[in-house]
Amino acid sequence: MTHEGSILTAADLAGNGVHGDDPDRHGKFGIFGGRYVPEALIPALDEVASVYEKAKNDAQFLREFDHLLRTYAGRPTTLTDVPRFSEQAGGARIVLKREDLTHTGAHKINNVIGQALLTKRLGKKRVIAETGAGQHGVATATAAALLGLECVIYMGAVDCERQALNVARMKLLGATVVPVHNGSRTLKDAINEAFRDWVTNVDTTHYLFGTVAGPHPFPEIVRDFARIIGVEARRQMLELTGRLPDAVCAAVGGGSNAIGIFHAFIDDRDVQLHGYEAAGRGLDSGEHALTLTAGSVGVLHGSRTYVLQDDEGQTIESHSISAGLDYPGVGPEHAWLKDTGRATYHGVTDDQAMAAFSLLARTEGIIPAIESSHALAGALELGRELGPEATILVNLSGRGDKDMGTAMKYFNL
Amino acid sequence: MTTLQTVFAKAKADNRAALVGYLPAGFPSKDGAIAAAAALVEAGCDVIEIGLPYSDPLMDGPTIQDAVHRSLINGTRIADVMRTVEGVAATGAATLVMTYWNPIDRYGAERFARDLANAGGVGTITPDLTPEESGTWREASAAAGIDTVFLVAPSSTEERIQAVAECCTGFVYAASLMGVTGARESVNVAAEGLVKRTRAHTDLPVCVGLGVGTGAQAAEVAGYADGVIVGSAFIRRMLDAPDEAAGRASIAELAREMAQGVRSRG
Repeated sequence: MTHEGSILTAADLAGNGVHGDDPDRHGKFGIFGGRYVPEALIPALDEVASVYEKAKNDAQFLREFDHLLRTYAGRPTTLTDVPRFSEQAGGARIVLKREDLTHTGAHKINNVIGQALLTKRLGKKRVIAETGAGQHGVATATAAALLGLECVIYMGAVDCERQALNVARMKLLGATVVPVHNGSRTLKDAINEAFRDWVTNVDTTHYLFGTVAGPHPFPEIVRDFARIIGVEARRQMLELTGRLPDAVCAAVGGGSNAIGIFHAFIDDRDVQLHGYEAAGRGLDSGEHALTLTAGSVGVLHGSRTYVLQDDEGQTIESHSISAGLDYPGVGPEHAWLKDTGRATYHGVTDDQAMAAFSLLARTEGIIPAIESSHALAGALELGRELGPEATILVNLSGRGDKDMGTAMKYFNL
Repeated sequence: MTTLQTVFAKAKADNRAALVGYLPAGFPSKDGAIAAAAALVEAGCDVIEIGLPYSDPLMDGPTIQDAVHRSLINGTRIADVMRTVEGVAATGAATLVMTYWNPIDRYGAERFARDLANAGGVGTITPDLTPEESGTWREASAAAGIDTVFLVAPSSTEERIQAVAECCTGFVYAASLMGVTGARESVNVAAEGLVKRTRAHTDLPVCVGLGVGTGAQAAEVAGYADGVIVGSAFIRRMLDAPDEAAGRASIAELAREMAQGVRSRG
């Protein structure tokens, strides 16, 4: 399936089915995942699954995807050693995977290009998407512009406000941005609204889902398209350090960047996998997005997974300074990785994340996304734990340009 | 307790369709919901679906979202839903709960089925529970002696209709259109075809919901379906009414029009 100069193979995309954790035909990772959606959407989900199944083994599709990742998204992204930042981690060697350097400034572009190509194969002309921080919305609007698709983005009204710059970017790219005023007016409500649009317009429209959550096959498809992050990083770590890292760190909201970098390391049992959720103002404050660390098993947005919910199954609103992590659910594969013990999940508060945000800027000249700053804060602590001999790979999932408004307020800049 | 089987047998004997009304528990208030449902029964609804308010109603349009949101602000809990069912069942109507899956999952399937049966409820409609995931719920419902109703849609393939119909007891809910709940100008033409296709797979009654808002539409749907389901049109009137009493009067008026509709098959 490879071709001259290719960075991508069918195995890269799908892990070649070697992992015991691949979902079954109902999209189940253990007890997690599945489909809890209106029956009306089942044919569309089946269609997406079958078109994807063909595409991922089709050399032509892989070539197109590969081509756009290299010539449009800017892959492969580099690794960067951050020695001055690492000093604060007890001397452990921290290495960043620079997804912030991709086109549009975050890892979201990988999944979006893959699904936009799938949209063409589905014969559909319109894409819709939800967005929290706006990064997935911007990436979707970008791919839609590139491939000539009509694009509608649903975004919580609260998020529209805190990510005004990204709203403007989406509009400039030709997308229609619909502010969602229902419920908590954040990501979860944007997803509800996108599902309502999809069930109404499913004949013409693909729901370009932005994270590894939602009904089967989205957790699998989004993971496979994000998987290139870890595939590259694993190879690059071997080149750079001569061995695999001791640990891989990533921020977890819905969980796509984390699965993207984790997945290629799952069979490397000596490599620790650490996910960092938003602890917001702290667990005890009740204002957090600690789905895996403090939530319980339930069903949200079509999938069985960990959820922030009350004793009667009503979703509890999440909080995070970072819009991209402000989500009361999480992808079912993370729920599975947690319960099997293969990955460990922790909370990082708003304040810890903002300290890491500022530290990376001052010590390395890199302004990270606040989402990614949660992983950076986690790596600082993990480094002190593992000691100076340890090497830690961190997914720098996005850049912080979009977060300047929040930073100005937080730091009184 | 009036069962669904009794309702549909009687409607069939009268050569008419059954009228099914939907209202969420806790809207416009906890007691107001019982009174409103009683008004619907009085005006001619044979079956009442009591909605269990849920924070993320992704199959519902703006009207039901609004009512459910108000209900949750009113502090509606599952105990209130059961109390509502008890009050409505006492009027003699067959009373179901319509709910997204997560509240049942969290409450415990067996416990929910038992509590619902004890409250006089005759079954549930679960719009986001697919046949693949429905095993636990069907077992719990059978043990408690309540019916399970699932949805088919215009997009459903023959295989899916077959699979859904096999999971249903009581009746099959045919969603008339591809979309969310809410009254429409006209009932989608796809509905009749879907009812026909569904009948090929089951002897159960087939009821049509989504988009029915007038007596004329009810009559049209009654021409090919065993039951006509109306929700948003009632709720819209209650939302627009100046107070609960006016809302009740207004939905009773519409229900009478609908009841006439299901008796004058188009």
